[in-house]
Amino acid sequence: MAGRRFQFLVRTPQRSRSQEIPLRLELRGITKRFGDLVANDRIDITVEPGEVHALLGENGAGKSTLMNQLYGLLQPDEGEILVDGEKKVFRSPRDAISAGIGMVHQHFMLVPVFTVAENIALGAEEVRGGPLGWLDRRRNKRDVLETSKRYGLPVDPDALIENLPVGAQQRVEIVKALTRDVDLLILDEPTAVLTPQETDELLAVMRSLAETGKSIVFITHKLREVKAIADKITVIRRGRTVGTASPDTSEEELAELMVGRDVSLEVTKTPSDPGREVLKVSGLIVEDDRGVRAVDGVDLVVRSGEVLGIAGVQGNGQTELVEAIMGLRPSRAGTVELEEKNLAGRTTKQVLGAGVGYVPEDRSLDGVIKDFTVAENLVLDLYDRAPFGNRVSLNPKAIADSARERVERFDIRTSSPQSTVGTLSGGNQQKVVVAREMSRPLKLLIASQPTRGVDVGSIEFIHNQIIHERDIGTAVLVVSSELDEVVGLADRIAVMYRGRILAVVSPDMPREEIGLLMAGITSPAQEAEESE
Amino acid sequence: MTTEAPAPEAPQTPPAKKKDEKEESLFSLFLHNLWSANTVTVTILSIFLALVIGAVLIVISDSDVLSMYSYFTSRPSDALSASWDLVGHAYADLFKGAVFDPAAVQALFNGSGDWKTALNPLSETLTYAAPLVFTGLSVAIAFRGGLFNIGGQGQAVVGTILAGVAGFAIGLPAGLHLIVALAAGLIGGALWGFVPGLLKARTGAHEVITTIMLNYVATLFLGWLILQKGVQDPNRTDAISKTVDSTALLPALPAPLRVHLGIVLAVLVTAAVAWMINRSSFGFELRAVGVNPPAAKTAGMSVGRTYTLLMVVAGGLAGLGGAVQVLGTADRLTGQVAGNIGFDGLLVALLGRNKPWGTLFAAILYGGLRAGGNLMQVDVGVSLELVTVLQALIVIFIAAPALVKAIFQLRAARSARLGASVAKGW
Repeated sequence: MAGRRFQFLVRTPQRSRSQEIPLRLELRGITKRFGDLVANDRIDITVEPGEVHALLGENGAGKSTLMNQLYGLLQPDEGEILVDGEKKVFRSPRDAISAGIGMVHQHFMLVPVFTVAENIALGAEEVRGGPLGWLDRRRNKRDVLETSKRYGLPVDPDALIENLPVGAQQRVEIVKALTRDVDLLILDEPTAVLTPQETDELLAVMRSLAETGKSIVFITHKLREVKAIADKITVIRRGRTVGTASPDTSEEELAELMVGRDVSLEVTKTPSDPGREVLKVSGLIVEDDRGVRAVDGVDLVVRSGEVLGIAGVQGNGQTELVEAIMGLRPSRAGTVELEEKNLAGRTTKQVLGAGVGYVPEDRSLDGVIKDFTVAENLVLDLYDRAPFGNRVSLNPKAIADSARERVERFDIRTSSPQSTVGTLSGGNQQKVVVAREMSRPLKLLIASQPTRGVDVGSIEFIHNQIIHERDIGTAVLVVSSELDEVVGLADRIAVMYRGRILAVVSPDMPREEIGLLMAGITSPAQEAEESE
Repeated sequence: MTTEAPAPEAPQTPPAKKKDEKEESLFSLFLHNLWSANTVTVTILSIFLALVIGAVLIVISDSDVLSMYSYFTSRPSDALSASWDLVGHAYADLFKGAVFDPAAVQALFNGSGDWKTALNPLSETLTYAAPLVFTGLSVAIAFRGGLFNIGGQGQAVVGTILAGVAGFAIGLPAGLHLIVALAAGLIGGALWGFVPGLLKARTGAHEVITTIMLNYVATLFLGWLILQKGVQDPNRTDAISKTVDSTALLPALPAPLRVHLGIVLAVLVTAAVAWMINRSSFGFELRAVGVNPPAAKTAGMSVGRTYTLLMVVAGGLAGLGGAVQVLGTADRLTGQVAGNIGFDGLLVALLGRNKPWGTLFAAILYGGLRAGGNLMQVDVGVSLELVTVLQALIVIFIAAPALVKAIFQLRAARSARLGASVAKGW
């Protein structure tokens, strides 16, 4: 694939339009079907020049499908795309780029071992000496610097992508789009991986880009950001536009538009009643896959009947910490104790058997087996124990009965317990994981990113289940990169940064201060609280 | 796709349908499944396509018929009818050699024939099929657990060696001797599977590489062994072993029928493997590890242990196939005693879609093609290699289901592509 792209994209696409004239985009009656499923149903959107247009919707609402059609990755079944009043057909992203539309994907399309300049040039290399000539690296670098200066987006053209923090990588993606001379920039869930501070920076960048006349389509499901930046908001639900709103609309109203009913954004819970120490981690040191120290001397305690939340930007050692507790990853030093029994050297099966429930962060990789049925996924950990089976054989009837009961109790929306999990929506897949982990007696529940990629309705349900588990006396450890989630669920918050716990704070602490901690900035005030 | 994949927004599948929608589309769902998911259709169509191309090859390879095409424009009927005759004859022979010959059956009813002649084609088919069932199952079960067992050949060879040696080197009463010899073959194959399984689990060594290498070790060891004193037939100078004692041979129907108890054993083992995959705890583990090792690990399963045990089972099955070959069909060890059963097992498993019963039927089909091919060669002079070509064509078509669906305009081809794009996330 890469080879073909090189062949076709040796030149930067030329555009006749002058870039001083802002671009006006209109989508009319866009409809896209996948088999029987209507992903987009007659969607109309107009993006005025210089406008920040937020596209708000739950996961699976059809936002990405719509944008993929606009970017030429998919073709609409019906409807038309008009750029400056002129009808356009985009067969590929190249067509879209040459019409002035650029996209920054949710998952960055960068080559980690290439430099910033090489990544930006990729697909539009400056070549000297014909199609088989050599790369003009100097000119590429100059172009990058020029763009970066013009839009106030500092990037180091010689830095390797793999050494850059996520926020900087995203800036590279934006610069990459801008060097293609685009006038409308699609940002697909750009803040999912950013710290609150990085998010603020990004919002400022978006604002200044809009002021230079670029239009921005901002895809998100985070209401706060929408209200902070958008000029206009289009809400999409189940493939349809259900309304347009102005940024003055309240968060509750927007949420209601998104999910079609009242949703409580706050987690309702009573004050915690912490009891004995259930999980005690001391001096834990864990290395990641590359042998880099990812967890660097972590101490923490989770008591029964309380939720300890671990806040932090993804990639600061949370994953490794949890995997080490679960026996999925060896630790270098330190101890992990469950009710004063050392868990070191235990297999995952033994840790689970000791009364630990585990909701892994990567649902589709670690949480469920998509080719297995709902019923099978519900016994993934207990298949060889009564009543589901023994060491030799399974008991299909017990498995099916239990599945029917749990599908009901955990409100898993599936046509049958015998459907494969891959056919369920993300939220329902997560409910399968939650149902599996929470239907046996637990001493400790570890939930990593419990609601990532989950619709608002399921989020509410899963949060309530977690609080319920706390209320019956289980110790709960919640890891999430969504600060809102941690603040909502936790009774105490441990902020993790570069493999260390920087501070343990109360959820009542101002959000901004927690955000600063997440970015590794400690102030005297917080240290006071930490020592408390 | 000519471009990079669309940004997946946390892979998302359609929201659960409402109940009323589900009811009305049940019939269309059924049709949809019939054409898209039902791979049996594709398998049958693949066989049909292979026969069509085989027909063309038969015509091309026959110089007499081919020469008639030089005056095709003036008298097309010559060429067409000659082609039709030739192909019809060849495929009729394929059928007569593999299933039954109507003439022999009629003779049986008239009282002039003999039941052995009438049953001979089926006997031949099942004789060829028996060892393939085992090696096919070996590959299939390994595949279900995410391992590509190319080592069926080596495991089968070791199975023939141990079964054969046990068959002539130790004296035991009938029945017990057979069981011991079969067990020896099973253990030999299991051992040959254990090594790559352990290497995979402990060091991550890729099983494709290690099993291929062990194939060479097994084959060359066999070549050396049958020239050694105590193994080589003392009355022969060439590379051939002593004959297996009659007490260790699988009971067979009276000569000239060659079919033996091996095929019955094969059916029993197929049932056992089907139970193991679908109903046993180990089967649950191997299926989980096969499709998603990280999730299996997270749920507390030991991936390494599963890999090792799985290769032991797969090796044991192939070894049993080798044992059946030497105790049922060959009755002594030669350099080629295992023939190609290990590699044919790969194709049989593919044709059987890695399902136990599918593999059984695929092995019988392969055995039938081989048995019928013999008659085709003798009778019409179509080379036995054509059978190999047919087998290969079937596998090629099965490996490219989209091609088959496109040729027959199955609506699934379209929705399969769409399905792929949906899976990418929307």
